[in-house]
Parts: sequence; structure tokens; C-alpha cells
Amino acid sequence: MHLAHYLGLLYHAECALERAYLEVAHAHCAEPDVHYLCYTFAGQCSAHARRLGPLAARYGEQAPVECERLHSNLFSGSRTGGLALLRDLHDLYLMAAECDISWTLVGQAAQGARDQELLTVVRESEGESAIQLLWLRNRLRQAAPQTLVVAS
Amino acid sequence: MADRIDEPWGRRTPFGPRDGPWPIRVDEQLAEGLTEEDVDRWVQAVSVLHSNGDGLDIAVRDGRIVGVRGRADDRINHGRLGPKDLYGWQANASPDRLTTPLIREGGELVETDWETAMGRIVERSRQLLASPGGWGKIGFHTSGQLFLEEYYTLAVLGKAGIGTPHMDGNTRLCTATAAAALKASFGTDGQPGSYTDVDHCDAIALWGHNVAESQDVLWSRMLDRRRGTDPPAMLAVDPRLTAVAEEADVHLAVRPGTNLALMNALIRELIVRGWCDEAYVARHTAGFEELERVTAGYPVSRAAEICDVPAARIEQAAELVGTAERLLSTVLQGFYQSNQATAAACQVNNVHLLRGMIGRPGAGVLQMNGQPSAQNTRETGADGDLPGFRNWANPDHVRELAELWNVDPLTIPHWSPPTHAMQVFRYAELGSVELLWITATNPAVSLPDLPRIRRILSRPDLFVVVQDLFLTETGMLADVVLPAAAWGEKQGTLTNSDRTVHLSDKAVEPPGLARSDLDIFLDYARRMDFRDRDGDPLIGWTDPESAFRAWQACSAGRPCDYTHLGYDRLRGSAGIQWPCTAQAPGGTERLYRDGRFPTDPDHCQTYGYHLASGAEYDGAHYRARHPDGCAFLHAVHYQPAPETPDSDYPMQLITGRTLYHFHTRTKTARAPRLQHAAPDVWVEVNPEDAADLHLKEGDLLRVESRRGVIHAPARIRPIRQGTIFLPFHYGYWDFGAAGPEADNARAANELTMTVWDPVSKQPLYKIAAVRVEPEEP
Repeated sequence: MHLAHYLGLLYHAECALERAYLEVAHAHCAEPDVHYLCYTFAGQCSAHARRLGPLAARYGEQAPVECERLHSNLFSGSRTGGLALLRDLHDLYLMAAECDISWTLVGQAAQGARDQELLTVVRESEGESAIQLLWLRNRLRQAAPQTLVVAS
Repeated sequence: MADRIDEPWGRRTPFGPRDGPWPIRVDEQLAEGLTEEDVDRWVQAVSVLHSNGDGLDIAVRDGRIVGVRGRADDRINHGRLGPKDLYGWQANASPDRLTTPLIREGGELVETDWETAMGRIVERSRQLLASPGGWGKIGFHTSGQLFLEEYYTLAVLGKAGIGTPHMDGNTRLCTATAAAALKASFGTDGQPGSYTDVDHCDAIALWGHNVAESQDVLWSRMLDRRRGTDPPAMLAVDPRLTAVAEEADVHLAVRPGTNLALMNALIRELIVRGWCDEAYVARHTAGFEELERVTAGYPVSRAAEICDVPAARIEQAAELVGTAERLLSTVLQGFYQSNQATAAACQVNNVHLLRGMIGRPGAGVLQMNGQPSAQNTRETGADGDLPGFRNWANPDHVRELAELWNVDPLTIPHWSPPTHAMQVFRYAELGSVELLWITATNPAVSLPDLPRIRRILSRPDLFVVVQDLFLTETGMLADVVLPAAAWGEKQGTLTNSDRTVHLSDKAVEPPGLARSDLDIFLDYARRMDFRDRDGDPLIGWTDPESAFRAWQACSAGRPCDYTHLGYDRLRGSAGIQWPCTAQAPGGTERLYRDGRFPTDPDHCQTYGYHLASGAEYDGAHYRARHPDGCAFLHAVHYQPAPETPDSDYPMQLITGRTLYHFHTRTKTARAPRLQHAAPDVWVEVNPEDAADLHLKEGDLLRVESRRGVIHAPARIRPIRQGTIFLPFHYGYWDFGAAGPEADNARAANELTMTVWDPVSKQPLYKIAAVRVEPEEP
């Protein structure tokens, strides 16, 4: 039973994404949509992690040793300069994608484990992750031509 | 005739639902000492200082405008005119009209000729377009006050000539949420209701809509119903005790920023108390389960706490809308410029969908506009959307336009949503938009956080073109100023809030070298030599009527179909509502009579939004929902506003209009009666707050937010406690400056914050936290 590893992975991914959202919100306060929505998204990540906590602990009791390279670290601080917003949102997108696919896999595992409690947590959270991903994708698409082609 | 400054809504002409049409009352104002016998001719036009679309005739004598008279047979006003129309025409002849182009030389604006001024704009445009991504260096900030023909020309030269997505109107500040909510609920923009619903309804709900000051003739119609037989019940949601709120049977003075919590509770009441038309909901809507699930969390007691209004009053409001047989709703800035704007406006649509009250006499929704031709800005794409309510994400819609204009589809910007006004200014702030062309609006007074806006407009690397009647605050910061012809000096059409199209004819010549906005755009297109794929001029039309015909072709088959309209049909008409086609040659009074909505994936204007975040879905997601002509019931949880009061800034600021002024007073302050009626700014303070601050009427106050500070005398009025109100009209041009000097700061937008609704991108003007202190004597 390796589910505990994935719950741990997802837990850490949500915590890392929360920190990254907060940092980007702070760094890009001159972009009001990014600023406020990143705070909202950070709050969602925090709630996701909070819901996962007890489940990760419960499965953790039965877990074998964690395999290596399960935790990735995509974000190492917000940037400055003309590409900063695009690159920071790009990082957030990749991190949100990690959460999104992890929720999908954990959801699948929850079905295999016949774990109604975990399924409920997945259903409460996966939709928000998907929306974060969609919003980031929209915002990146909007910013890309101006950033990559127009701005000098 | 009564003095219409003192009696703005005039004499009552009561009527009931069985009395036939609204009685005629012809209002007229001629220059001092003149009678109708002195008038050489009357020229058909329509009101332009609000969105109501009141038909009027302009009186002309010796080549000058000498007055106005309401058109008795017009479907909108039945002869009536409001104070702004009765007196506002005087501004046309104001001695400080711009009569020559101006260019900046050695830091100063100096007079020049058209050749020089247009030469500079064209030179700068060509320079920018020659560099990589040149299309993205040019932005347009237009208006809700031009004519349809002008917007369409601007949209074509912007989208197919330059190829820029950076075009928006000040409609973003006034009516973007109306458009977004209509698109989200019904699939495309387009007003479902008609003003004639006032005549037939048995209840009117005004959601953040101070109609008595924003569309005073529509308010006269409502008041006349209230004084007649079988008067409609009335609900008002507004933090202020406006004339509307005083008249209403139920008034909810909600805490600013909490509209959605109220709406969720009202929807829940409709569901729980069985006030829904279940058959209609089942047949014509999608999303009921989600709506029921979300709103279940908003019992009246919770909304009462969030909104700070008595629970019993929310229950009364629910009963009023829940038991009406013909409910008319109107919505405006109290919702559109506040927290969760689109979500709250969609909940009004939901009330009508749940109750099956759309598309029949008296049962309708009016998502209002604020400006006379805001509807045209939206239809033609001058707000950045694709013309004809086309969907930027639908390749077939882009191809249609490319064929119509005979250009490469890649020229037409459609890779992401159009750039909204606040983002255009952000690009200018960052230096990637280098030419900003502003027409018939005044962002140096009307946009939020004015200290920032003035900084942007003053950037040396931003080339600013301003096209207006007068030297506005924005004009003072421009590099080129172009003198434009005013209403009455040019010809064109305007469409009002209930889809009524009017022709406004030219009555007199513009002053000096001033030219119509259409002629200026056509001149620019000619000088820029924009061509189609065959090498022919991109813009083939040459005057208003040929521009209108080009627009008719563009509108064909779309919801705003103008194909059966024409100047010949509009001239002498009572106003005609689109769609107007061979199948509906007389126009269309109400949309969605059959409960079929334009949500078909091939037809819709948007593939939908996640309302809480503004994330836009794609076509595949949309098609998978199989909307099949159903309207969407959206549901969103309440979230507190981005800024809420705290110990440093303990009060809430809302901004709004006064009856006697329009926009930034560019015209109305130059009409002596209007200027005299409301000469300067004031701040409305609740009596208990005034007592805490030891204030008396007229005491000078200092109002400060995190953005800036203003000074204004107090008016003690029954606004809700903890909230203050400032009119947004007042700037600095009459002090001869673009911004405040010493301690004369008075523009409300010195205080407001740069933040917008996630879906409509409309700035949230009504949520700023402020502190208020008496000025030291």
C-alpha cells in the first residue's frame, strides 16, 4: 500500500503551492487580479492540506519507506524584470498541475481503497485545483503575446 | 412648466396596467425669450447625457441650437425630458469648446491644423507598427457616448487595420457587468426586457439602481405607475436612502460589498418557500442542483448578519419578489461596481429564471447601462469584444469577420480575451503600450486611484491622443488633442438600455475646425492606408449612413441583427428595438419569449466563466454541457470584498451620480442651470457618524484612503451608518489643472482602489475603506 506516499506528496505539493501563491501575490501586488486571486488560491491550498493532514497520518501508520524523488521543488522565489510575471505564473501553473494530477491519482486510489472519507476530501478539493489551473492558463495566455513579442 | 431643477421628475401623469399606454407629457426648453414661433426648424435626435434614450427634437434658429422638445410619439419617453436634456444642450455653444487641434511643443499644448496633428499621430503609429509586435504597442480607450457608426469604424480599424486587442471603452466602468452577466446567464449579450415592462408589472425590484438620478424619465414612468391604479410593489437595494429607496415598500440598506450574500439568501427563500416555476426551470434552465446546494448555506439569518440588515426585511423582500406575478428587475452600479459584481448580477437573472419571468409583458430583466450608447460600444466591439456579439474563442466567428472584412484571420486579435481597460493602462504603465488614443472620455477623473492614472498619462514614453469637445483633465496631459463635433453637430445612431435604436441627426455645424469622431477615424484609416487582402481600402464607407450599412452587414444573423433597420426607417420613428429583421420588421420588444436562449455552442458569445475566479472555459468543456437553448443558473459563494474597514480606515466609501451631472461634468458643468444645481463636491455622512465626529451640515471634511485624500463639505443624510457617499463627477479642469494642487483635491477617485471584478473586469468603485476627519478650522 503506497497511498501514504501520494498523500504525503500531495500534502507537500499543496503546502508548497500555498507558499508560492503567497509569495507571488506579494511580489505582484501591482497586478490586482493576480494579487487577490493568488491570496484566494493560497487559502484553498491551505484548506486542502488541512483536510489531507489526518488522512496522511492515518495511512502513514501503514506506509513502507518513502521512495526517492517524490517531492519536487519547482518554485524558488519570485523574479523581477520584464518576464517576471509570466515566469512566476508559469511556475505556479506547473505546481498547480502537480496538485491537480495528484488529486486525480489519489481519487483513483481512494476508490480502490473503498475509502469514503478520502473520496469526500478529494471531491471537495479537486475542483478547486482544476479551476486554479484553468485560471493560470488563461492568465498566461493573455500575458504571453504582450510579454514575449511586444514588450522590449 | 415647473422648474425642472426643483422638480426633476416633473408633473405626475398616473396610469394603471389597464389604462393603455403611458400618457404623453411633452417637455420643452427653449433659450430665454424664445417661443416655438422663433424656431427655424426642428431636427430629430435623442438624449445623450444618460442611457435612457429619450427621443427629442433639437430647435435650431439662425444655425444655432436654441432648445429641445421631447418627442411625443417616442416609445421611450412619450414626450418627457429630464433636467440634463432640458439644459445640457447649452454646453454645445460654450465659449471654451475646442475649435482647433492642439499639439505639445516644448511642454505646452499649442494650436495647430489637422494636417500637422494627424501627421504626428500617423508618424508615431507607423513607427510603432514597424517594430516587432507593433500591434501591441497601440491601445484605445473609447466611450459610451459616441455613435454606433463611430464605434464600428474604430473597431474595424483597430482589429483589422492595426490588429490590436487593446481596445476598450469607459463602458468597462459602467456597463461591463451588465454584458458579462447577460452572456453568462443567457449565452450572449442582449437586454431581455423592455421599458414597457414598467407599464405591465406588478412589482419592481431595483438592485443597486438609483434610477431617479441615473435615468430620471424611466423613474417618472415608474412613479406614474405608483400613483395610478393597481400600482406595482417596489423593492430597493441601496446603502443610501435615495428617492427610490424612500418610495420603495421594502428598502434593504445593505453593507457595501455584500450583495451576493443577500442574493443567495433571496434565492434560497424562493426555493425553500416554493416560489419557483418548476416546469420553467426544468425545461429552460441548467444548473438548478448546484444553485440549490450553494444557496442552502445562506439562510436569511446569515445574510442579515453579513449584510447588516434586519432578517425580517429580507423575508419581506423575498416575499415581494417571490409572490409577484409580473416582476420587473433593474440592475445598475450598486451591483456592477461592487464586490462580486457579475455573480450578484447573475443572481438577479436567476430570480427571473427560477420564477419563469422573462419575455412576457411586465416580467423582465433590465441589466441597465449608464451611458447613451454603451450598448453600441458592446455590439460593435469597441469594448474589445468581437463585433456582433461574436465569440473570440470560436474560430468560425473569427473566420466570418475575416471574410466580411477580407483580411487574414490572423490579423484579428483572438488569441485570448480582449484587453480590458484597466489592463491597457497597466501595459501603458509598464511601457509596452506606447500610444494610447482616448476618445470622448476622461480617465484622469473617471478611473480608480487617480494619482496612479495621472502618473501613467504623464509618462514621457507614452504618446497620448485625446479626442473631445473640451480640454479635459486628460486632454491637459495629452500629446495631441483633437477637437470633436458634439451631439447635434453630427449624424449617427444610438441604442439605449432596452435595445431601442434611434437616429440622431445633425442640426448645426460644429465650431471652428472641430470634426465628427467618424470623420477623424476615417481620416486616420485613410492616412494609415489600411488595406484588405485585395489591396482595396479596408474601410470602404465614407459617411454615417454608409457606415451604418456596413454595420448592418456585420450584424446579420447575430442576436443584435440590424438588417431591417435603416436611416429612412429610423427617421420619424418612435425608436425601433433590435433584432429587426425581415421576420421581425417592426423590431422585437422582448427577447426569449419562448424560453429559448442563445446558448447554442455555435451561436453563443462565450463558452462560459467560472464566476468566482473569472477563469474562462473552452469550447470542448462548453459543448460537453449540451446547453441546448437552456439558460445557465450560476451559483457562487459570498466572499468579503478585497478591502474592508479596519481600525486605520474604519468607514466604507461608495461613489455615484447626481441627477444634474454626467460623467466628469465635461458638458453638464458648462450648462449654467445644471452647474448651479450642483456646483461642487460634497460628502454624505450618516447622522450618528456626524454626531460622533461632532459635525454639522457643511463642515469641511478630510477623507483619506490608502490611495489619497480629498476635502469636501459634509451633507448629513440617512445613508447607512459607517458608509459615506461621494459623487464621482468632480475633477479639476475648472481650476485649470489636470489634478489637485495644494488642498483642493476633490475627485472621488483619488480614494478608490485598482481592483476589478474577475469576470466583467469592471473596477470596484464601491468598496474603498476610508477615514473621515473634520478639517482643522
